Amino acid sequence: MASEALDKPALGQTFIAGLWNENPVLRLVLGMCPTLAVTAAVRPALTMGCSVIFVLVCSNLVVSLMRNLLKPHLRILMFTLTIAAFVTIADLFLKAFLPEMSERLGPYVPLIIVNCIIICRAEACASKNGLAVSLVDAIGMGLGFTMTLCVLASVRELLATGKIFEQQVMPAVFVPWAAMSMPVGAFITLGLMLGLVNTITKKKA
Amino acid sequence: MDTLTILLLAFISIVIINNLVFTKFLGICPYLGVSGRIDMAFGMGLAVTFVVTLSGAMTWMIDHWVLMKAGLEVTRYVCFILVIAGAVQLVEMYLRKFFPSLYESFGIFLPLITTNCAILGLCLFINLWEIDNLLEAAVLSFGAGIGFTMAICIMAGIRENLNLADVPRCLRGAPITLITAGLLALAFMGFAGMIR
Repeated sequence: MASEALDKPALGQTFIAGLWNENPVLRLVLGMCPTLAVTAAVRPALTMGCSVIFVLVCSNLVVSLMRNLLKPHLRILMFTLTIAAFVTIADLFLKAFLPEMSERLGPYVPLIIVNCIIICRAEACASKNGLAVSLVDAIGMGLGFTMTLCVLASVRELLATGKIFEQQVMPAVFVPWAAMSMPVGAFITLGLMLGLVNTITKKKA
Repeated sequence: MDTLTILLLAFISIVIINNLVFTKFLGICPYLGVSGRIDMAFGMGLAVTFVVTLSGAMTWMIDHWVLMKAGLEVTRYVCFILVIAGAVQLVEMYLRKFFPSLYESFGIFLPLITTNCAILGLCLFINLWEIDNLLEAAVLSFGAGIGFTMAICIMAGIRENLNLADVPRCLRGAPITLITAGLLALAFMGFAGMIR
């Protein structure tokens, strides 16, 4: 992807937009449900991020291919059905090769179907643009999402257990904050993170 | 335990103890989007309650009477999302005909109920918890809707007052709403373990 992005500045910009300027979680505040639910530890967050990248790339490509055939009133339904098909594939794949992780993520894998990010990208980008732009956009957005998830998850896992990737990082005197692995921790950490990002972008502007 | 007790316990547990918004993180998008005013939040809650009850019961029926018998569990997600989209369409037509003002004020959020994770999430949880009778599935769905309505109304009430408060600039909007939601979730954790 890198060489293609260098050739065409527009593609590069689309890619960067997904990572920071229009980062789905931090700037658009979309896809909150998995963001909060799977970030108790880094490993499930990473798995979730990869599944979302897969579904996002596939659905963006398919939607981009059929964008001229879509009737306006059936649009959302077609998007959802396309996404549901790819999510089923991802779910079966996880069940077959990573059964433990699939168990842990539970219903949050099928819930990718109703992840606003994917529908938002199908609507705002793939249904208006060609294959290349849609592909780059999907990868950028997907990476932006995964990155945010991992940052959030590492903060929470570190404070909740003193470990990252199940490796001890904090010194033994550190008392784990159990609340960080609970819903409270998820909501408040994300809130503070959004606040931090707001502060950073304000300074730049 | 007789049936009534079981149903009552299921209802209370899904409304308060396993509240979808605070413990399962479902339905956060409309929760952040529509909770600005209390009347809209209430209308949204009722619409979601209706859709979730309808689709919870219908997906249970389809799952148990069609998909499991025919061995088509693979198509479960596609079927579920179709049922939900149909139910939302129904609510949309009904509101447009009988409550046009409410329909106007919902705008884009009404079709977005289709992609409300609370609804698909609940259908999946009913499947995951292996609920094996229709009545219990229906009660659970209805309870989930009521729980969502309660959560979004509490939030709207708080946010109406938050408008008057002096919130640091960088936390205005979504961040402070999330932090408030966290504190509410903390309060709701107090109910954990009340039943079983």
